[in-house]
Amino acid sequence: MKREHKKDMWGFYFEQLVQSIPFFLKGLWMTVALSGLSLVAGTVVGFAWGIIRAGKGKVLKRIIGAWVDLIRGTPFLVQVFIAFFILPEAGIQLEAFPAAVIALTNLSACFICEIVVGGIQAIPSGQREAATASGLSSYHQLRHIVLPQAMRIILPPLVGQYVLLIKDSSVVSAIGVTDVTRVGWLTVQRIPEGIMVFGLVGILYFVICYPLIRLSNSMEKRMTVVTTRL
Amino acid sequence: MTGCPAKDQDRKAKIVLETFNFRIIVEYLPLYWKCFFATLWLSGGGLAGALLVGVLSCSMRLSESRIASTAAGVYIESIRSTPLLAQLYFFYFGLPSLGIRLPEEATGILALTLNSGAYMAEIIRAGIQSISHGQIEAAISSGLNYVQRMRYIILPQALGVSIPPMLGQAIVLVKDSALLSLISIVELTRAGQILTSERFMPAEGFLTTAVFYLIIYYILKTFSNWSQKRLIFRGA
Repeated sequence: MKREHKKDMWGFYFEQLVQSIPFFLKGLWMTVALSGLSLVAGTVVGFAWGIIRAGKGKVLKRIIGAWVDLIRGTPFLVQVFIAFFILPEAGIQLEAFPAAVIALTNLSACFICEIVVGGIQAIPSGQREAATASGLSSYHQLRHIVLPQAMRIILPPLVGQYVLLIKDSSVVSAIGVTDVTRVGWLTVQRIPEGIMVFGLVGILYFVICYPLIRLSNSMEKRMTVVTTRL
Repeated sequence: MTGCPAKDQDRKAKIVLETFNFRIIVEYLPLYWKCFFATLWLSGGGLAGALLVGVLSCSMRLSESRIASTAAGVYIESIRSTPLLAQLYFFYFGLPSLGIRLPEEATGILALTLNSGAYMAEIIRAGIQSISHGQIEAAISSGLNYVQRMRYIILPQALGVSIPPMLGQAIVLVKDSALLSLISIVELTRAGQILTSERFMPAEGFLTTAVFYLIIYYILKTFSNWSQKRLIFRGA
């Protein structure tokens, strides 16, 4: 009798969950928008930092290196709290969404910076010397010689980084951005079936992240084949 | 004629205390110290579990049995494609609805273990697959059986390759343990939240938290660099 009751409740909750799917899709859209914005901004900033860090300016290099280390050494949750609670004390009042975008952009920029530095440093120095000997300016060296070759090394981990970014974006639910995780958290207060609710949340993330992981893996395989052929 | 120096000093002290109040931090230091160890043991427990789960699921993944290999594959891919926070909530809200009630700390360590275990499995697999096939063939033709091959040929080399990325994963694990504060476990990030809510001083609270994490990070990073150098020396 009790078992049947439980089964009944399960059906009821399932129906409730199906009814709140639009709510989840809204959360999914928030996750996509949040990670999309930070992805574009983080890539631009990360490439800029990476190119500076692989270059000659000593002071800038040190500053960026120290900053990257600080960000890599602290949990993203703490960074989000700092952006959300401490920047207002410094006079920068931020809503939850822009604070989240700034924290995510900064985080991905730091990791992309490291990837770009690794890619640029993997290019043999003879290439640069040859370019200098041919009279290319340092901008043209970067644009036509170094970056096109480095891209092959940079791209696979870059896509992997995007997956991490999408997953990390779940953390900003802690400051009240209604992304998929937050929607799950709100829903579970109403529908006390954690497995069902967060199973759905997991599926939604899986649908976005899994293809990207596969893409990164296949790129990695293709790129290594190309390099070994060289 | 610069006025009273004592007054001037007072003013300076006030500015310092208003922007960053060290007295409060000293007052809360015992809490941070306790939470520092909480973070250490939570992530230590997660790491030990992750190594175990990693070895198990990696050997399942590489085994001949299709069922075991598929099961491990599904586990690893589903963990890698979903965020830790969603996994944490899955266990935190999900286990009670199955009738399993665990203390928060156990739920947290369970989530950390299963999450990092999947990454550990991939790291170990990469280590094993980095060993050239000739080595294994040579071992087979010398008449070593599977256990002997693993014990004497494959694992010693694979572990050497895997240690630096494993330390990297340990760093990630320590940082990930910050999420446990969201299911009301008292650890470093929670200490920052406590200070923030009790005294309304987020700068003191979260920057101190960050400093403690940085200490762990630099220790692990130094260790990782050292092991990398040593392993390259041994390889050469």
